[in-house]
Amino acid sequence: MTLLSTRGLSVRYDGRLALSDVDFDISAGEIVTIVGPNGSGKSTFLRTIIGAVIPSSGHVEKNNGLRIGYVPQKLQIDPTLPLSVERFMSLPCRQAKNDVVAALENAGVRDFGPRQLSDLSGGQFQRVLLARALLNKPELLILDEATQGLDQQGAAAFYLQIEQLRSTLGCAILMVSHELHVVMSASDRVVCLNGHVCCHGTPELVASAPEYRALFGKGTGGALALYRHEHNHQHDDGCDHDHKETDHVG
Amino acid sequence: MLDDFVVRAVLAGLGIVIAAAPLGCMVVWRRMAYFSDATAHASVLGIALALSFSISIFAGVLFVSLCMSLLITTLTGRGVGMDTMLGVLAHSGLAFGLVAVSLLDGVRVDLMAYLFGDILAVSRMDIAVVWGGALGALGLLWWRWSALLTATLNSDLAYASGINPKREQLILTLALALVVAVAIKVVGALLIGAMLIIPAATARVFARSPEAMAFLAVVVGIVGVVLGVNASIVWDVPTGPAIVCLCAILFVISNVVRMFRKGS
Repeated sequence: MTLLSTRGLSVRYDGRLALSDVDFDISAGEIVTIVGPNGSGKSTFLRTIIGAVIPSSGHVEKNNGLRIGYVPQKLQIDPTLPLSVERFMSLPCRQAKNDVVAALENAGVRDFGPRQLSDLSGGQFQRVLLARALLNKPELLILDEATQGLDQQGAAAFYLQIEQLRSTLGCAILMVSHELHVVMSASDRVVCLNGHVCCHGTPELVASAPEYRALFGKGTGGALALYRHEHNHQHDDGCDHDHKETDHVG
Repeated sequence: MLDDFVVRAVLAGLGIVIAAAPLGCMVVWRRMAYFSDATAHASVLGIALALSFSISIFAGVLFVSLCMSLLITTLTGRGVGMDTMLGVLAHSGLAFGLVAVSLLDGVRVDLMAYLFGDILAVSRMDIAVVWGGALGALGLLWWRWSALLTATLNSDLAYASGINPKREQLILTLALALVVAVAIKVVGALLIGAMLIIPAATARVFARSPEAMAFLAVVVGIVGVVLGVNASIVWDVPTGPAIVCLCAILFVISNVVRMFRKGS
């Protein structure tokens, strides 16, 4: 069942065309990742879907009453604003205490209710944002580079949580990410965006597409373009290469 | 009781505080301090307008404050640095207002009363206007509180929750213009900003939630008004500035308390 689709979506932003003619669909329970270089319109695309940006042509079609949970890129909280996690969860609408506790638990920040937002670390904050997005039992969860500012371990743990959510809550997930190697392994489908849809399909298909290689492959010798997580081998050999002193000079 | 000018002064001051303090919290959280200053300073232009067309000061100031805040909102994000533009608008609004007032024929205007307020001279009618405007602004805030808080945190988050942050900004702007229009008689154009910011900043030290901060800010404002009015009578100093001084002293005390609390 298709939850949301866009047809011929174009967005003009600061006088230039940020998105042109984007056709896109996402079905129930699907994990779709949008990749693309900086300024390729990834965030603009998500912001158009949640209604923060008005498309200059084309349209977004949503299922009637589609419940969307949105996790923004990063939240700057002014230090003059005292706000506990619990209070934040009840913005803009008051939520039942049990629902708040359940959402916090689902996002892996169980006992964080009374804490002040200003006291949270980057990773904890992102999980609280995730918990808030889970409150209305979303059918579609949208994440905009939700792991920006997290270290690799934190990001990997965060995405693991997302994958678990899909299986426990059954919601579709649409996310934008820079961490290609992490998200590619978790996604059902990847859309490579650069103002327009360069290519899309399964992670394997996109990773081998020449358009994708042209965007990400050059200069990194393809190292960035494809790092697939393999489950059929183990890293049990430890560190066996030499650390020569000269390697660390300069 | 209302025959006593001290009682009238305190009542007018309290009217300002119940709206200005929670509104000031929003102003602080949204980093709009300069915005409120620009709106307040431009209100002198509204006085000139009111005097030359023989309409009420309240209406003239409300009109100009609204125009000013709408102008700022429209110009926001059009390339010029925000604080630079607010500086230009605030000071030129004040300067044009002062020039316009001085050009008025046949009207002798006590400018000091409009710049620093004349709270000891408020009439029963003034009190009614102050409370009317203040309750109106407070009602707007009350009505939109959660939506405003959400929009303050992040505009995309607000959109995703079905809230239009631009609409909320407009409502906040309207509340601000209302408070400026009624406060000009009490603390004057130059010190309205202080009544917005200082109680809110003082309350921040002790507050753990937005609502508690708004409530504490009202308490700080009330103490400032009561002590300020009395101090101005005892020492024969201008009342508006005395109220602001008292609030500022409370701000310093609360921050010293915080430093000791942190240290222990």
